[in-house]
Amino acid sequence: MTWSGWIKTAAFYGLVGVIVLQAVFPFYYAILTSLESGQSIFEVNYLPEAASLANYWSMISDGVFGKQILNSVFVATVVVFISLFLAVTAAYALSRIRFRGRGLLLLTILSVSMFPQIAVLSGLFEVIRALGLFNSLWSLVFSYMIFTLPFTVWVLTTFMRKMPVEIEEAAIVDGASSFTIIWRIFLPLMWPAMVTTGLLAFIHAWNEFLFALTFLSTDSQRTVPVAIALISGLSEFEIPWGNIMAASVIVTLPLVVLVLIFQRKIVSGLTAGAVKG
Amino acid sequence: MASVELRSVEKSFGSVEVLHDINLSLEKGEFIVFVGPSGCGKSTLLRLIAGLEDITSGELFIDGTCVNSVVPAKRGISMVFQSYALYPHMNVYDNMAFGLEQARLSKPEIDRRVREAASMLQIEQYLDRKPKQLSGGQRQRVAIGRAITRQPKVFLFDEPLSNLDAALRVDTRIEIARLHERLAGTTMVYVTHDQVEAMTLADRIVVLNAGRVEQVGTPLELYENPASRFVAGFIGSPRMNFIEGDEPTAAGAHAIGVRPEHLDVSHTEGRWKGTVVLVEKLGSDTFIHVATEKSGMINARAVGNHGFQAGDTVFLTPRAGCIHHFNEDGKPIDRQLVQGEQE
Repeated sequence: MTWSGWIKTAAFYGLVGVIVLQAVFPFYYAILTSLESGQSIFEVNYLPEAASLANYWSMISDGVFGKQILNSVFVATVVVFISLFLAVTAAYALSRIRFRGRGLLLLTILSVSMFPQIAVLSGLFEVIRALGLFNSLWSLVFSYMIFTLPFTVWVLTTFMRKMPVEIEEAAIVDGASSFTIIWRIFLPLMWPAMVTTGLLAFIHAWNEFLFALTFLSTDSQRTVPVAIALISGLSEFEIPWGNIMAASVIVTLPLVVLVLIFQRKIVSGLTAGAVKG
Repeated sequence: MASVELRSVEKSFGSVEVLHDINLSLEKGEFIVFVGPSGCGKSTLLRLIAGLEDITSGELFIDGTCVNSVVPAKRGISMVFQSYALYPHMNVYDNMAFGLEQARLSKPEIDRRVREAASMLQIEQYLDRKPKQLSGGQRQRVAIGRAITRQPKVFLFDEPLSNLDAALRVDTRIEIARLHERLAGTTMVYVTHDQVEAMTLADRIVVLNAGRVEQVGTPLELYENPASRFVAGFIGSPRMNFIEGDEPTAAGAHAIGVRPEHLDVSHTEGRWKGTVVLVEKLGSDTFIHVATEKSGMINARAVGNHGFQAGDTVFLTPRAGCIHHFNEDGKPIDRQLVQGEQE
């Protein structure tokens, strides 16, 4: 290999290294901190020295945190299922049925996803209060849908548009009802796209902070991002970094597990449509 | 009783009329080919029969029953799509069984029909494969197999060969012809823009142009007695030569049409004098493109190999009885009425 070849290769891997470091280091440091306790937290070190699970125990044995994780799981799961159900039906209409104003509707849906959260916050607060959802988890389900639906609808519409109409027509000739077509033909074909968008919706709902902070007022109703931010020490001068980091690691694990489980589907979602029907 | 009958069928998409006053009667067991240039409405016509498009006005009968408002699955039709339209996530067996399941047939009956169709098309060894594991020709067979299992009264093909390569196209064409013999009593309607497919497969051809039926007839009727200049130009390969100008006017016509295979080429004497521009040698035939002095470009076809070369001066003579005359509307003029024709 020539000199310039070596330099190019070195530069490539150097850049990859920087990117990986930038992405992984914060999480690595969180794990590191979560395993330490007392004074050693404040000593800067990059390799584990003393590993103790004391922080994890203290978080798990704290009764409210478990409930808060369940809150997050509930909200995120419900948001994913309702969004996907509404998005599939909407995508079918938007991609297959011609009606006046379809393009405008699609653009409106897209533009809704661009609203800054803070801009809709106060108005939404009134709506939530009027609906009697304040301090209920349904307030989050309701408000998260404002942001998950536009992109699930948009992505699934694009995906469904790419599916050959002839497959649907073949099913019609074969005598399948609309429900059968969606259930037996479209859903199996859209499975990868649904997993991908569902996962993104789940992550969004799992991480959301502002609405969760505003619409929920009691500790036992909170979802994890807010709960972690509000973890307090014994005195107001102490920030319990060890507990905070342990909690952060615990709430990251479900996401990692989900991504690993659905990894293959995500990849095939990206390449779907490459094979002619 | 006709198997499929269309009475004054019209179709418009919004304000665009794509089919005008179509009247057709297809006999039971007939192989009918709809042929025409792209955009002539032939696929739309097929989709009307299938029930995938609504009829704007007029009536459609299948086996004597008006099916205007009958859903596709209840019309007794099967359709083979241009892109095969197999269900990508199902294996071949399930693809072929899907329609039967929807019709709520019993499991053993479904199994029997699927295996029968599979053996007829020699795809038994692929039954548990997914469509993406099959070649184009195999997918085509599966698509045909799926249509067969439904045991339709009318079989609809929408340009089924256009995605196959040339060699496979010929094989599949022969196979479709054999299938028609085996499924005697099943009417087949086949859409293509390829006039060779039309000529070889059809019992009768329906030539469509701009949403109207130009002519209906057996392949040879269309070849020998085209009902319009359009049909004359569309049927036959290479296409018919048309000569306009003083010569047809003198004979009381607007255009003279002569097929390339009905021209004799001579070095010494003949009706039209010209210079050879291009010679295409196919082995079995030689196509000679001649720039004539008075009548424009004329293409002649000579059987076998010939020593003509570009730049040669040649004379072309049409064979007696093989000259077509057309008036200004493109309608043929009876030979008896043409004056001064040396036949």
